Amino acid sequence: MKKTLIAATLAACGFSAQAQISGDVVKIGFLTDMSSVYADIDGAGGVEAIKMAIADLKGTAAGKKVEFIFADHQNKADVASAKAREWFDTQGVDMLVGGTNSGANLAMATVAAEKKKPFISIGAGSSALTNANCTPYTIHYAYDTVALANGTGGAVTKAGGKSWYFLTADYAFGAALQADTTAVVQKNGGTVKGSVKHPLNASDFSSFLLQAQGSGAQILGLANAGGDTINAVKAANEFGITKTMKLAGLLMFINDVHSLGLKTTEGMYLTDSWYWNQSPEARAWSRRFFEKMKRMPSSLQAADYSAVTHYLKAVDAAKTDDADKVVAKMKDTPIKDFYTTGTIRKEDGRGIHDMFLMQVKSAKESTEPWDYYKVVTRIPGEEAFTKLADSKCPLVKK
Amino acid sequence: MTEIFGTPLPALLGQLLLGLVNGSFYAMLSLGLAVIFGMLNIINFAHGALYMMGAFFAWMGLEYLGLNYWFMLGLAPLAVGLVGIVIERTMLQWLYKLDHLYGLLLTFGITLVIEGVFRSFYGVSGQPYQVPDQLAGATNLGFMILPNYRGWVVVASLVVCFAVWALIEKTSLGAKLRAGTENPKLVQAFGINVPRMVTLTYAGGVALAAFAGVLAAPIIQVSALMGSNLIIVVFAVVVIGGMGSILGSILTGLGLGIIEGLTKASVLGAMFSAPFNAVLGEGNIISRALMAMFGPEGSSTVVFVIMAIVLLVRPAGLFGKEK
Repeated sequence: MKKTLIAATLAACGFSAQAQISGDVVKIGFLTDMSSVYADIDGAGGVEAIKMAIADLKGTAAGKKVEFIFADHQNKADVASAKAREWFDTQGVDMLVGGTNSGANLAMATVAAEKKKPFISIGAGSSALTNANCTPYTIHYAYDTVALANGTGGAVTKAGGKSWYFLTADYAFGAALQADTTAVVQKNGGTVKGSVKHPLNASDFSSFLLQAQGSGAQILGLANAGGDTINAVKAANEFGITKTMKLAGLLMFINDVHSLGLKTTEGMYLTDSWYWNQSPEARAWSRRFFEKMKRMPSSLQAADYSAVTHYLKAVDAAKTDDADKVVAKMKDTPIKDFYTTGTIRKEDGRGIHDMFLMQVKSAKESTEPWDYYKVVTRIPGEEAFTKLADSKCPLVKK
Repeated sequence: MTEIFGTPLPALLGQLLLGLVNGSFYAMLSLGLAVIFGMLNIINFAHGALYMMGAFFAWMGLEYLGLNYWFMLGLAPLAVGLVGIVIERTMLQWLYKLDHLYGLLLTFGITLVIEGVFRSFYGVSGQPYQVPDQLAGATNLGFMILPNYRGWVVVASLVVCFAVWALIEKTSLGAKLRAGTENPKLVQAFGINVPRMVTLTYAGGVALAAFAGVLAAPIIQVSALMGSNLIIVVFAVVVIGGMGSILGSILTGLGLGIIEGLTKASVLGAMFSAPFNAVLGEGNIISRALMAMFGPEGSSTVVFVIMAIVLLVRPAGLFGKEK
């Protein structure tokens, strides 16, 4: 008994003198879509952004080496959860970054909570991550469907787009985006005339678009993302849907606009957390990214950098990679970098920062490559995201 | 207005026509697969990748060489046909005597390589390709506004499909081809160069895929993933039509395009669940299950449901012959 006590005391003294880093390395894991519809908005560019973040901190945190591994979850929730489990159990991963796909991210959040490891979700949109499905270890960093709905949904409805029809991707993210936007549209005095669900990676949208047109709604809300949004916008132009209805891309990234061209996307509204040309700091970082990837970063890739930096600095400050202490530190420390100025809400892990309503420029207005957006309004973080009073997160005490 | 299972008649006609457009692509792709399987006994998994390559060649022709759509409609299939000859001569020809599985694995590997190369160069968001000027605009058919280009796709693919069918079934060259598959040794004894015929058949089959790819380029974004999104459905079409059946693959392709269109428009789901609604009342569990399976969100699975049913009833496919 005496021996154990002494050993424990010694151990405690020993540990408090130096950083408590499990396995002597800080290991970050990143699971995202590397090969399918969402690979351009995050994917290899996200990997590069995280590598830049680690390199900018000299590859160390709390005096220990930082290691980084990544894998392709192929947009499959089962692959994501199996990989996360393997990484926590056998690879000694200390923190998991969730890339695109809400289904995969919800699965990762569950595993991370079970293993008591921090999980930072970046590419996923579903607001459930910090609402009904919140955990003490989930941080939802960049954006969510509520913010998108408040941004684009609110702006379009207030501008007179009172009747809506939704084209919705048939999985967690699409359903959440449609539900959140519906709430905003109705709150602003609009109506929803109907919706149609399409499978992920649907290559032909003409049939869905015809149904949308038949509804007689003014606004076609695209509650999908990536390649699906691109092909839907393209077909809407081809079928002349854009003459009778206005398109509202509820989740569009700069890569989508780049791929479609300004001629097709001119005048569209979209909401995003960041734009490469929004400030001198953003431009400077984006130039560095461009040197490596030969394309401008999406908001997700910028957020990947920002989130990993914020985590590593928290590890540094807390002198440990212990999940509870690091998460607490991250929530205590304000974020201020080229990506955003904001905080992580203590109660549910929701990142709170300004969002931007943007409009796509016309070809004439665009003065240089990738010069695509003008910022219409800045939406303060408190207005953009779910208010604590409305939260269904069981961790939020009321 | 007349309604059929909750869908107004004009809307229904529109959906049927759009189904036919998609069916045209299924028909062209499954035709190529059927020809290759019939002659070479190879399940050509690389078909989707070569279709994508055709679309990319069209885009590259315009982007780098300034060659317009019409030029590439002829040139891209030729170029992909050449790629096909290289694949057949250097790899496939060693596999004819082996089990189907080897051909399938090899062509699957080829697919991964081709897609990977295009993905790493061009990403996945895709490249935009404009509809050629001559076919821009749309025509009002009364029940729907049909973009002229989609009309062209149906016409072009029907002409090509039936030309291929006639070539194989009605000409002496086709007769030699068919004889070559039945008994290669005997045909060779008559002085016909069977290996060369086989090589050209493969080239022709993949050229068809490339032709479909060029046709698709102005409709969907030209991306590395466009083939893999389509190929699984096309395989199901071939299985439903009967492996190796030329006419079967054309008709099944068109038919399944239409059925898929009806699914997207909820007509099929409403039709199947109507009797259950009448007996069990609206919103009963069977109707809801049927709506999920045959409603818009089930449009990517309906083809496989049909495949399962066909395989149970006619294992050789609708047009296939039992061996």
